[in-house]
Amino acid sequence: MEAKAETAANTINIDGQEIPFEHGQTIMDAAFAAGVYIPHLCHRPGLTPHGSCKLCTVDIRNRISASSTSDRRRQTKFTVDADSRSVSACTTPAAAGQQISSNTPALNEVRKTITQMLFIEGNHLCPSCEKSGDCTLQAVAYHLGMLDGHFPQFFPRREVDASHPTVMLDRDRCILCELCVRASREVDGKNVFAIAGRGTAAHLIVNSPSGKLADSDLETGDMAVHICPVGAILIKEQGYEVPIGRRTFDLHHLGEAGLEKVVLAKTVYRDE
Amino acid sequence: MEQNPQSPSDTASKSGLRRVAIDPVSRVEGHGKITLMLDAENHIHEARFHIVEFRGFEKFIQGRPYWEVPFFVQRLCGICPVSHQLAAAKAVDQLVGVENLTPTATKLRRMLHFGQVLQSHALHFFHLSSPDLLFGFGSDPKLRNIVGMLEKYPDLALKGVKLRKYGQQIIAAIAGKRIHGTATVPGGVNKALSLAEREILLADIDDILMWSQDAVMLNEQIHTAHAEHRGFAAINSNFLSMIGRGGELELYHGGLRARRSDGSRLFDQFDYRGYQQIIREEVRPWSYMKFPYLIELGRQQGWYRVGPLARVNNCDFISTPLAEAARKRFREFGNGDSVQDTLAYHWARMIEALHCAESIQDLLHDPDIAGTDLVADLGDKRREGIGVIEAPRGTLFHHYQIDEQGLIEKANLIVSTTSNNQAMNESVRSVANEYLDGNEISEGLLNHLEVAVRAYDPCLSCATHALGKMPLQVELLDANGTLLDRLSKGGNGRIERAA
Ligand code: SF4
Ligand code: FES
Repeated sequence: MEAKAETAANTINIDGQEIPFEHGQTIMDAAFAAGVYIPHLCHRPGLTPHGSCKLCTVDIRNRISASSTSDRRRQTKFTVDADSRSVSACTTPAAAGQQISSNTPALNEVRKTITQMLFIEGNHLCPSCEKSGDCTLQAVAYHLGMLDGHFPQFFPRREVDASHPTVMLDRDRCILCELCVRASREVDGKNVFAIAGRGTAAHLIVNSPSGKLADSDLETGDMAVHICPVGAILIKEQGYEVPIGRRTFDLHHLGEAGLEKVVLAKTVYRDE
Repeated sequence: MEQNPQSPSDTASKSGLRRVAIDPVSRVEGHGKITLMLDAENHIHEARFHIVEFRGFEKFIQGRPYWEVPFFVQRLCGICPVSHQLAAAKAVDQLVGVENLTPTATKLRRMLHFGQVLQSHALHFFHLSSPDLLFGFGSDPKLRNIVGMLEKYPDLALKGVKLRKYGQQIIAAIAGKRIHGTATVPGGVNKALSLAEREILLADIDDILMWSQDAVMLNEQIHTAHAEHRGFAAINSNFLSMIGRGGELELYHGGLRARRSDGSRLFDQFDYRGYQQIIREEVRPWSYMKFPYLIELGRQQGWYRVGPLARVNNCDFISTPLAEAARKRFREFGNGDSVQDTLAYHWARMIEALHCAESIQDLLHDPDIAGTDLVADLGDKRREGIGVIEAPRGTLFHHYQIDEQGLIEKANLIVSTTSNNQAMNESVRSVANEYLDGNEISEGLLNHLEVAVRAYDPCLSCATHALGKMPLQVELLDANGTLLDRLSKGGNGRIERAA
């Protein structure tokens, strides 16, 4: 195989494109560095990978087994790529010679289903949500061509915490990505958020004596306040200030290099 | 409860009449439903027009942050979302302690609202009502729709489409999108109008003005030439509307004025923040929708009409010359008194559309409109805000109370169609009295009932989705509550009689 011959010791191959990586990088890191977009929601460069949203699922074939055989079973749909395995790109280390499929109709279909489930598990009512146009979940849904929620809505009614003077928590929109949990611990040097409960009972909690944001040491400038990919953690009283046409995803697309910085930098706060 | 023989359509407590349960499914599907009840002598005793309810929203809003409310409530209505956004925004201004917006913000909000009223009025007349009025109430329902209009009156129908589109263009320029846009923020607006946007809007305004004038003329002719239009669905009502400081027609901000059915004034320039002193909402067991009435006139006599007819009757003048000339002709038609004809709603509606077009033209030439001072300085927070606006269908009340964290504690909304609730029932009864023959609902009766209801432009969900093909069901019950007949018309115009 030609590809085999060209694959260098320190590259991986994503959808036919050779991508260099450095030791210690995950597939997601290498893809990021090369400007290749793998859909993701719970990942942010610089924070410990979490691997929970599963949106970054990719298939890896071992190159030896890749299309080297003419076994007829391969042509039946049940046994396609018997040697491939699905992994989370954000947690799987890049290894030389990995043949990775990411942007395929089948994988994007799975991603769409995951996104639909995230939508119906919370109250993601885009037309009235202040995060609309700045919301990564919404952008991912557009990117994947999601047109409806498909599954019946949960319509949860979890507690809204507006006790903090500048920050508000709307748990009905939380997708449990734990970005805020990690940002608070790893960047802000605090431990404001955590996830409690399991399955559909899982929810975001605040580590403070009363369980309220007002009693936590959260401050407006904390990264944890700005990192939420949906409209669950919000700066109070600032919604809708950016007109339609100038919101993040009016101007940028998801795969754009440096978008993560744009998203964080976009949040300006009043008390500065 | 005091009984009033003059108002037999309010007899919920009278014996010998069975209450009818509303089929929730029919509400969800967006059917209009009318129940006619006979007395022992087989005369119409009561008429009930069942409409979609809005109460659910007041509950949903509880616990939501106040700054979200304008965008939450605009989902109430597919035709006039901007009116809800603006009414709520006016309440929110009070919550953040802002009394006066900057001139640019005020003018942008006003222009946004003129765009909303223009597009809603154009939609209603050209798509929903003109087929009734031009083809005749009794004509074949298969032709009596916008498609039939396009065939027979292509020029007129096209003007209607363009008027509506222009209104939507205004909305999109200010709110970012034709529907579910965002324009308001506490104490102002979020976006300036660019000079390029202004140029584009100015390019078409002359045509828009011309077509609006044509629409007024057409409605004037239709109404004055048809004697039978005068008394159709006739009722004598009180009128309530907002009014400008000088007594002029006002759609965005002003005091409240009410006139009794004899034309005399009940109150004037009333600060709408005290609306609960003048309006009370009555709950009736058979309807999800409340029945508001003017307290001073009492539960029996206090019902009123809102919307174009109320506004054009109530005002002393209109600030733009072409609409004012049209209003004067309207007034002459009423011999200097209020015009009570239900079908004159259409005429009044087009006078307002013309006023919107003229006002948009004035605003586009106003230097402030392209200004960049968009948000006023916020003042001290308040816990209560009441915003009122004249939506296309009439006076719209939004009332919010928030807790110290900024979350909605309590909300009360009176939407225009709720205010017209009793009036629509009265009009339906009037039509039924005139056209019901025996114990059978004729197709003619159904068609006439539909025309009566439509004059009010009620914001039924079906009125939007079916564009003139309002699914409607009429039921006839005898004094014991036994179903005598049921006739329904589907969205496709097909008439079906229940066995
Ligand atoms: S609040 Fe936002 S950042 Fe935190 S877990 Fe939920 S969705 Fe993720
Ligand atoms: S981004 Fe990899 S699992 Fe969420």
